[in-house]
Amino acid sequence: MITLQEFRTLFHNGLSKQNAGLVQLLGLCPLLAISSSIVNALSLGLATTLVMASASGAVSGVRHFIPHEIRIPVFVLLIASLVTVIDLLMNAFVHPLYLVLGIFIPLITTNCIVLARADAFASKNRPLHSVVDAVAMGLGLTMVLVVLGGMRELAGQGTLLSGLDLVFGEEAKRFVLHVLPDYQGFLLAILPPGAFIALGLLIAAHNWNNARAEQRARAAVPVAA
Amino acid sequence: MNPLLMAAGRNALRTGTILFAFALVATAMLAFTHNRTEPTITRSQQAEKLALINQVLPAALYDNDLLASQRSVPPDELLGTRQDSALWIARRGGRVTGVVLEAVAPDGYSGNIHLLIGIDIDGHVTGVRVTAHRETPGLGDYIDRLKSDWIDQFVGKSLTNPEAKHWRVAKDGGQFDARAGATITPRAVVKAVRAALDYFARHRAALLTEKTAPDASPVKETPK
Repeated sequence: MITLQEFRTLFHNGLSKQNAGLVQLLGLCPLLAISSSIVNALSLGLATTLVMASASGAVSGVRHFIPHEIRIPVFVLLIASLVTVIDLLMNAFVHPLYLVLGIFIPLITTNCIVLARADAFASKNRPLHSVVDAVAMGLGLTMVLVVLGGMRELAGQGTLLSGLDLVFGEEAKRFVLHVLPDYQGFLLAILPPGAFIALGLLIAAHNWNNARAEQRARAAVPVAA
Repeated sequence: MNPLLMAAGRNALRTGTILFAFALVATAMLAFTHNRTEPTITRSQQAEKLALINQVLPAALYDNDLLASQRSVPPDELLGTRQDSALWIARRGGRVTGVVLEAVAPDGYSGNIHLLIGIDIDGHVTGVRVTAHRETPGLGDYIDRLKSDWIDQFVGKSLTNPEAKHWRVAKDGGQFDARAGATITPRAVVKAVRAALDYFARHRAALLTEKTAPDASPVKETPK
């Protein structure tokens, strides 16, 4: 079983300390390509989380049968097959959702964060821990994607949550926020360079926040001593 | 034989076997899933295609099995195609009432814009949809019906309405409006739709006598 403490540590790692998007800088390919709006970002993030959780669980489950020297090919094999299986299952049984997420699913195979978690964590830990770690990492990535998507969407189109109707049907259209009415659009934010710039800003903010916390901790030491 | 070498060989054999076993399991898993999901996927893909066709062709125009009426037409400059493309024949009471065809606008802002165009027997556009494009998100992508209803202005238009010199975007003195900052995209679409109408006009006679074509054979037309 998993203790509450372990659970907390895993989530702290995934969401902040070892955040895939901000700290490990892994999985940037889909991150930059898809984060042009909140809805896209959230969809890809959740799909990635799903794939990571099943891939990490599977890898962890068979970790004792995998010789060290061939672990990478086996991981790649497992992840690629799992992604394909999820792709097929979604296509068959949740077709409307597949129409929205479909293009993202194969893209997830190109995301090295899945392999990185399989190798760095799942191959050394028990299945339950591995799944929790994968979910935490996935949610961390999703969070960054959504913030990035929001920044780019707002700067690029002046809206938030556009495309919500593609996921939740026509009625969801009224939840789309036209934050800046009659906005002419700012192309740079939507194109890939905008993703780099926005991500840079996010990383800077994250580092600044960390540095401040550290400084405060250091300042607190003499008092405690 | 050198015992060290033998040990290495045995190890390689063992690793190889394990890798093989994993490959076998993965393949089996894929084959099984594929097998189980294929019929459902094919069905939903067909339903999806039909739904798309229905967007450009009013349901009142046909009573035949549209998907079965599909035929491929050779590449044509007017369609902008470089490979065979699909064309569906709509019939009502056995008489041809219109067609749905695939066309490509090759001169978009970024790559080909794929279109699905419905045309009735008198040469009026019944609907246009963009099926694939890579136009700039947030700028040129309003040609997509999911983003705006811009594309609906083609409905009811024909080769003579508006006349040729007005088959352009407003900026070029035509009748079709286009948003500021993104004229290349709509210009390409307008041109492609007109060319497709032209294509239909030239092949109308052949399409009208479609009866003898292989896809009209009773085998394929049998209602389900």
